[in-house]
Order: sequence, then structure tokens, then C-alpha cells
Amino acid sequence: MSTGTRPSAEAALPATAPLSSSPAAPAAPVVAEMTPRPFRVVDRVRETPDTWTLRLVPDDGGPTIDAVPGQFTMVYAFGVGEVPVSVSAVPSDGVPLTHTVRAVGAVTEAICAAKPGDVLGVRGPFGRGWPLDQAVGRDVLVIAGGLGLAPLWPVVHALARRDSAGRAAAVLVGGRTPADLPYRDELARLAAQTGLQVLVTVDRADPGWDGRVGVVTALLPDARFDPARTVAFLCGPEVMMRVTAAALTDAGVPAHRVHLSMERNMHCGIGHCGRCQLGPMLLCLHGPVCDYGRLSPLLTIREL
Amino acid sequence: MTSPSPSASSAPLPVPETASSFRVAAVSGMRADHLAALAGCARELSFEPGQVLFREGGVADTLYLIRSGTVALEMFVPARGSISIDTVGAGDLVGWSWLFPPYRLQFDARALTAVTAGAVDAACLRTRMAQDPELAADLLFHLAQVLAGRLSATRMRLLDVYRNPAER
Repeated sequence: MSTGTRPSAEAALPATAPLSSSPAAPAAPVVAEMTPRPFRVVDRVRETPDTWTLRLVPDDGGPTIDAVPGQFTMVYAFGVGEVPVSVSAVPSDGVPLTHTVRAVGAVTEAICAAKPGDVLGVRGPFGRGWPLDQAVGRDVLVIAGGLGLAPLWPVVHALARRDSAGRAAAVLVGGRTPADLPYRDELARLAAQTGLQVLVTVDRADPGWDGRVGVVTALLPDARFDPARTVAFLCGPEVMMRVTAAALTDAGVPAHRVHLSMERNMHCGIGHCGRCQLGPMLLCLHGPVCDYGRLSPLLTIREL
Repeated sequence: MTSPSPSASSAPLPVPETASSFRVAAVSGMRADHLAALAGCARELSFEPGQVLFREGGVADTLYLIRSGTVALEMFVPARGSISIDTVGAGDLVGWSWLFPPYRLQFDARALTAVTAGAVDAACLRTRMAQDPELAADLLFHLAQVLAGRLSATRMRLLDVYRNPAER
């Protein structure tokens, strides 16, 4: 799941939590999962013209949200609405809960406008994250399109720190234009100072761009990986992931080791509302990260 | 299929005994004797970063088989400068305007990094293709694969999948 790419995912919430007043009130844990906690913005960085990174700490005296890479939270701009946003840095890495959000509608515009000191509501974490255990002893491909790099950003940092034991790790990034590439300076630093192979391409260059131009799959021939011993993590627009996953399996990467972060209209986050159904799956529970072996037949059904 | 140049000479051209060192991914599926024919028309070239391989409007007289490095295909746009339209990496090829009259280059090509390439002389190649229809078919099949891939990639870019959906 990328962050803030679908305005239709921006569901306005009622002013009060509907479950709390129900006569058949669910068990307390469900109420807790449906109740946003206040988090204060402690840092706000502009990544691209329409995208901001917010760092958040609890404002209720409780512990922070202990998400793992690939999970998401529901972020609530009070009085405006709530959206699902993947974590782009996790507290276990010693940093605050971090979200990178693109302003695509009323809710995400309100979240992006939050300044240090402002308070947002946060529920979660929800969903299944990246199966990082599969990276042990294998080559790793991280392939991101646009803001799809945000949910993969903790994976990139984990790879930069790992003892590779001779296994390769490559980060392939596709963007619309050079100005639309998030984390550009940090990517350059990781490429220069770590063993990561970082390849970046854009759909449309500007006169100052001296890098690659073209689709992200065009970077695959230059990536160092042994297909049979590779695990791949993909995030970006669904079309980009569909084409890239097919290219990887064509190259010999097993489908069950190609993992995609899927985006649907997550709403409740706990499998109750069914808004994020994809065939037999509820992506807020069974995803957002799913393997291509399972997803492949579903991605060709247009009604889903 | 477009016919190769009708100016083919009748005398067969010499073919090197081996062309194994001439393989790059884009044409690696060609028959060995056909690769040898390519090699017989080729010379090795290298380019420094920033060096121009060719310019728009020039005579298309070379097929470049990129062994290493990255080449940018560019077009100069008044008031904007040179805009990179596509990049081509190792194992790929650059230039097919030599296939079709008037053999005029459509874009600039510039080395983004240090580049090594097999530079196949187009006139020599057209002659060999006219002499050997199987070579022509084999080469055109592999060129068509490259062109189909480029066309698909260009269509993907036309989708503009990374745009902000709030844009109308």
C-alpha cells in the first residue's frame, strides 16, 4: 500500500466513534482499535512538492505504536477524516512513528498541513508487513514506484544495515519526474556509503537530469540478483506492480517470493467493514503485503 | 518487413570465424554465423561520459550494440535545452534509423557514463542482409523484440501512473 495515492480512500468519519454507542458493543479491544489516540507532530519535512514526512509521538502518555515495516495506521485529521497510511519509519529503529503522506484530497491535505505541535489521531498498527525473514541468505530486490518508496523505506534502511553475507541487495526506484522522487538525498547517501545498489529512473526528465529515463522494469538488467535466490518487495501504483511482478517471474524469481503492498480502501483496519476486500482477502487483515503467487489470479479480475 | 538497401553488392563479404566476443543481450539469440556477420561489419568503440554518439539530423550509418554503460537518447528543445527521452543500458542497442531511407537520425545520443559499444557499419550490414535473407530475418526479429519492448515501455509512461490523482 502506498500512502495517500487514492482520494477515494479518504473516508470522512463521523464525529463520534459509532461502535462505542452501540447496544451490542464489541469487546474492549475492538473499541480500542477503533478509537484514535492523540499523537503530536514533532517534525515535518517536505519531500516533494505534494508530499510531506511527519514524525509523531504519543500525546496521551501511552506507548508509541509499535508497527513493523509494511504495516499501516489509520491517521485522523480531526474534524476532516481518516486515511490509511503505511509507516515509513518504525519506532523499533529508534525514531518516532513516521508517515510520509501525499496531499491528494481533503484529508491528506489536512494531514500534510499539520505542523510541529499539532495533534493527529492515530489507530493501529494494522495488517501484515514485509516478510523480512525471507531476506536472510537471499538476494533482495526492493522496487518502488513513486511514493511506493515510503512503505519500503524501513526495508531499505534494514538492508543498508544488514550483514549481507555475500548476498546482493538492490533498490530500484521509478518516479514521474526528478522533482517527484522522495528521499532523493538519502538515496544518494545510501548508494555512496553502503553496499546497496541504488538505481533510479524517471518517466520524464528535465534539462538538469543526468540519470536514467524510462520505466522501472528497464532497470532490472542492471540490478545484481540471482533470480532463483531472490526475494522481491514491490510497492507503487498497481499497474506498475503488476508489470514488474510479471517481469520478475519471467526472469525466474518464484512468485511466492515476490511481495506486493496492495492498496484498497482500508477503513476500519480490523476486518469488519469489508471495504478493502480483494477476492477472498480483506487487505487490512491479510495484507496489505501479499505474495504474487496468491495475488496474480486476482489482479486480472477487473471487477475486484 | 522492409527490404534492406537494394545497393547490395554481389560479392560475398568475409565472415570472421568466431563472434563469441560479440554477444550482447539484445542479439544474443541470433545464430552464431549471423553474429559473426555482424562482427564482420563492426568495430569496437568507447565513449567518455558526456561524449556524443550521434546528433539528430545526421546520417544514420551505425548500429550500436551497448556492451557497458548507459546512453541517453535526447532531443534539443528550444528554451528548455536537451531533454532526455529514454536511456539505454548494457546489452541493449541504439539506432535503427539506418534500416529505413532516408537513413536520418531522429534523436541525439549521449553517453551518460563511460560506454563501450560494438559499432556495426550500417552500409556493410545492409549489404549482408540483402545477400542473406536468413540473416536479415534473424536480425530484424531481434530488432523487433527490442522495438516492441521500447513501445510497451513508452505506452506505460503515457499512462502517467505516478501522477497525483488530485490533478485533473
